[in-house]
Amino acid sequence: MRKKINQQKLIKDIANESYFQTVLRRFCHHHLAVVSLMILILLGGAALLAPVIAPYSPDEIVGPFSGAPSKEFWLGTDQIGRDVFSRILYAMRISLLVGIMATLISTVVGVVLGLIAGYFGGIADMAIMRFTDMVMSFPYILLVLVAAAIFKPGLWNIILILGFVDWPGIARLVRGNVLNLRETNFVKGNIVAGMPLRHILFSEILPNTVAPILVYATSVLALSMLDEAALSFLGQGVQPPTASLGNMLNGAQSLTVLTKQPWLWIPPGLLIIVLVMAINFIGDALRDALDPNSNR
Amino acid sequence: MGKYIVKRILIAIPVLIGITIIDYAIMCMAGSPLEMLQGPRVSEAAVEAKRIALGLDKPFYIQYFVWLSQLLHGNMGYSMKSYQPVSEMIGSHLGPTLLLMGVSLIVSLFMAIPAGIYSAIKQYSKGDYAVVTLSFLGSSIPGFFLSLLLIYIFTVKLGWLPSSGMTTLGTQGGFADVAKHMVMPVIVLAVSIAGRNIRYIRSAMLEILQQDYLRTARAKGIGNFKVINKHALRNALVPIVTVIGMEIPVMFGGAVIVEQVFSWPGLGLMTMSAITSRDFPVIMGVCLLSAVVVLIANLITDILYALVDPTIQLN
Repeated sequence: MRKKINQQKLIKDIANESYFQTVLRRFCHHHLAVVSLMILILLGGAALLAPVIAPYSPDEIVGPFSGAPSKEFWLGTDQIGRDVFSRILYAMRISLLVGIMATLISTVVGVVLGLIAGYFGGIADMAIMRFTDMVMSFPYILLVLVAAAIFKPGLWNIILILGFVDWPGIARLVRGNVLNLRETNFVKGNIVAGMPLRHILFSEILPNTVAPILVYATSVLALSMLDEAALSFLGQGVQPPTASLGNMLNGAQSLTVLTKQPWLWIPPGLLIIVLVMAINFIGDALRDALDPNSNR
Repeated sequence: MGKYIVKRILIAIPVLIGITIIDYAIMCMAGSPLEMLQGPRVSEAAVEAKRIALGLDKPFYIQYFVWLSQLLHGNMGYSMKSYQPVSEMIGSHLGPTLLLMGVSLIVSLFMAIPAGIYSAIKQYSKGDYAVVTLSFLGSSIPGFFLSLLLIYIFTVKLGWLPSSGMTTLGTQGGFADVAKHMVMPVIVLAVSIAGRNIRYIRSAMLEILQQDYLRTARAKGIGNFKVINKHALRNALVPIVTVIGMEIPVMFGGAVIVEQVFSWPGLGLMTMSAITSRDFPVIMGVCLLSAVVVLIANLITDILYALVDPTIQLN
């Protein structure tokens, strides 16, 4: 009996809940994503508080050369005696910064170009979409590598390069959504009512395409973190002494490090996997949670 | 059909020309290859002579048209470093890359298709969760890290597999030797391709499983195996074709890193060394080749798409 009442209450709750509550409830259904979110908050917090948490300065020589992990140096020291644990904390900061900034840039560029192409159509659409095709036809890593070699590798250059290479997917997505939305009655109504263009684009069309953009942006975030790691690993990304998760693995190209000092390259590698996986799981849960056709 | 193909090719041409222009513009911003020549023992006059010999004293657009017209005559220029013709260099490095990419693609399909179908049929089961989680892992692991792990395990610890090159130095090579060298690079590429695509195939399969014609097939009582393999799988071909098409440009990029780590003597390795030494003609050649390959792959995907799915309208 009691169970039945509970169930009725639950149904009533679902009927009354706001959009945000629905999304939250659906998101929590995805247990792996909830765990991922907690891990991401924990790691992000650790990265943010690196100056407080790190036992040593990341660039200072504080111990023996290539010391194995010990009580004093939790993850050992690198070839010139810097503390690996402290460097990893700072590296995570850099890698997250690169990922987030690159994602922001590519999302803004993609949304603006997609809106223009989708809403205005005609020549603007043609030009933008052909340009998108061109950027997409380049093998991605090759384009980034060439650009990194040209603009001198460095933190901000990497952010800009990744940001200006990742946008075509978002532009296509936004364009497609805008094309659909433009045919809906509420947008047509706005046009007939003579609402200003700014209002139609940013208050009517854009809010209705935020969900897929958000989902896509999480995958861009994961991808750009992977790309930063790959570039830095090849020596074309973030340059030492600044630590990034990728360039900490760079040393493993030497045989001594690879075979004799696994503490130098396994922890940053695992951390990349954990971060990227967590972001991917969250994106997956968001996709389900934000889907208006879902009936969960 | 013929009309459709011609139309697609006509659309691809301006894209291709645009690609060469962007490419050339980036290269020119890169700075002059003459920087590499400079040094205390090279006189100013020698550098100037070299500049004129390479045609670098002419304006940007003229250099571009010179290069383009040479290209139309089948001449991709000469490497500034080794003075070999670019087309010859590409030709000699293309084989290993195609071998690596082809085998990786086939291996990854053998991993992704059964896994995707299995997890769609057993949706929400433990096996399904395991497959999906593994696919997330596969797409989240950086290729170079997986390469290092494999080298650490199979070369350093176990000593089973060679970690670099395509054949053992000083031997003739042969099929078994090349295969042995290929195991690790193929695993790395195949894992990342499969990781990206298992979920895609799974969701496509899920959609197909809900179709009416499958219910009809089941109702006829022909057995689950036949329903899946004859009715569902054939319709799943459409998304699988798309997957292959989408993977080609990504694979070209992934090959650069994998070839670098395993010293696989392919295009990726050649490109990396050209990038570090600013060997413009070689970089241009590789970019052009890869752009053409990507455009052709897209074209073939669209045509295959139209072939396997008769409901697609060609205009």
